[in-house]
Amino acid sequence: MLTTSLTSTDLLFMLQGAWTTIALTLWSMLLGTFGGVICGLLRATLPRATLPLAWVLDIFRSVPLLIQFVLFNSLKSIVGLDWSAFTVACVVLGVYATAYCTEVVRSGVLAVSPNVRRASRSLGLSYWQDLRYIVMPMATRVAFPGWLNLTLSVMKDTALVMWIGIIELLRSSQTIVTRIQEPLLVLCIAGLIYYFISLVVARLGNQLEKRWQEND
Amino acid sequence: MFDYVWFDYNFHWRSALKALPDMLGGAWVTFETAALSMVFGVLIALLLTVMRQSQNPLARGVSGAWVSVARNTPSLFQIYLLYFGLGSFGLHISSWAALLAGITFNNAGYLAENFRGGLKAVPDTQMRAARSLGMSAFKAYQLIIVPQLLRIVFYPLTNQMVWAVLMTSLGVIVGLNNDLTGVTQDYNVKTFRTFEYFALAAVLYYLIAKAIVMVARLLGWRLFRY
Repeated sequence: MLTTSLTSTDLLFMLQGAWTTIALTLWSMLLGTFGGVICGLLRATLPRATLPLAWVLDIFRSVPLLIQFVLFNSLKSIVGLDWSAFTVACVVLGVYATAYCTEVVRSGVLAVSPNVRRASRSLGLSYWQDLRYIVMPMATRVAFPGWLNLTLSVMKDTALVMWIGIIELLRSSQTIVTRIQEPLLVLCIAGLIYYFISLVVARLGNQLEKRWQEND
Repeated sequence: MFDYVWFDYNFHWRSALKALPDMLGGAWVTFETAALSMVFGVLIALLLTVMRQSQNPLARGVSGAWVSVARNTPSLFQIYLLYFGLGSFGLHISSWAALLAGITFNNAGYLAENFRGGLKAVPDTQMRAARSLGMSAFKAYQLIIVPQLLRIVFYPLTNQMVWAVLMTSLGVIVGLNNDLTGVTQDYNVKTFRTFEYFALAAVLYYLIAKAIVMVARLLGWRLFRY
């Protein structure tokens, strides 16, 4: 009853899949944070002029990620780009993360009260200095928990890339399941790995948050 | 001027439009599934919230485990576990049932966390006042606490409903073929017009999501105007 045909090679295969999951998360969050900070700052400083940007980003939040993957993948073939599936996944997840990160950054920037900004300007700081030395540090602290949540949710959403043929954690466990026919055990291990990654990211984030709050 | 196209592909939108009636049928299944999962999700989430506050360590443990598993693993994994994992116990459920159960599990976990936050925002004195007016604990929850809670969590609830609609698209991975993504995928494998069909599906999903947000806004305005 308690014997299993799960070998250490299988476990290694799953860990490789987990590494793909982590790499995907890192790349797409890098892209998403970069895009999100730019779009978020634009949205916060020029709310009227960038309204079309908000509509475009809203599309990415209202269409299932799975469909975005399929659409972009076929668009890639139509246009004739020679990109690997991994790149496609990073780009789609990156744009998806940008859409959410924009809102996070925007609310963070708007949380800095106008009086603080007026005070910094009246002390002689230029517009960019005010943005760099006053708004950014304060907004980062407000926006960080939201950003952390986004990272965790992007990590979970990487599971969907199996549909375009990337072997990440969930796909690798499925491959093993089809061979050894022990779905419950293998899936539980996959779940534990996901849980562990989430836990580590959340713990690290909380520590950072606590360290930042020391001076408040 | 547009004679030369820089890629070699002809879009066939007409064949995609012919599939529209079937896809609308799929959209209805999608909406129904999401709505059903929300109804069950809210009920279970309320139960989990109450369990979390109870003195019983078993109830607290169960609800805590539910919430953390639902929030820390991918929803696709949860659906997988229900679809393939339950087979180990000889329990074979249809892909639709697995999808519904998976999304409900996910919704309940997320909503329980929202409800906990909402419950903190309802002052303790409300409960004490209700009890001192002679209401039973259940009556107080039903008539005093929950209505106030619903007002606070109304916006997160709308959000979760949109999420539920988007999550139903995962059903196709466990072989569901009558929801919007499933119908689209059926047409896709028959004709290989991937882009056209999925673009149409994306538009339909967008419209569903916007319709939900709009109805919720109207409903919120009607319900909470005083």
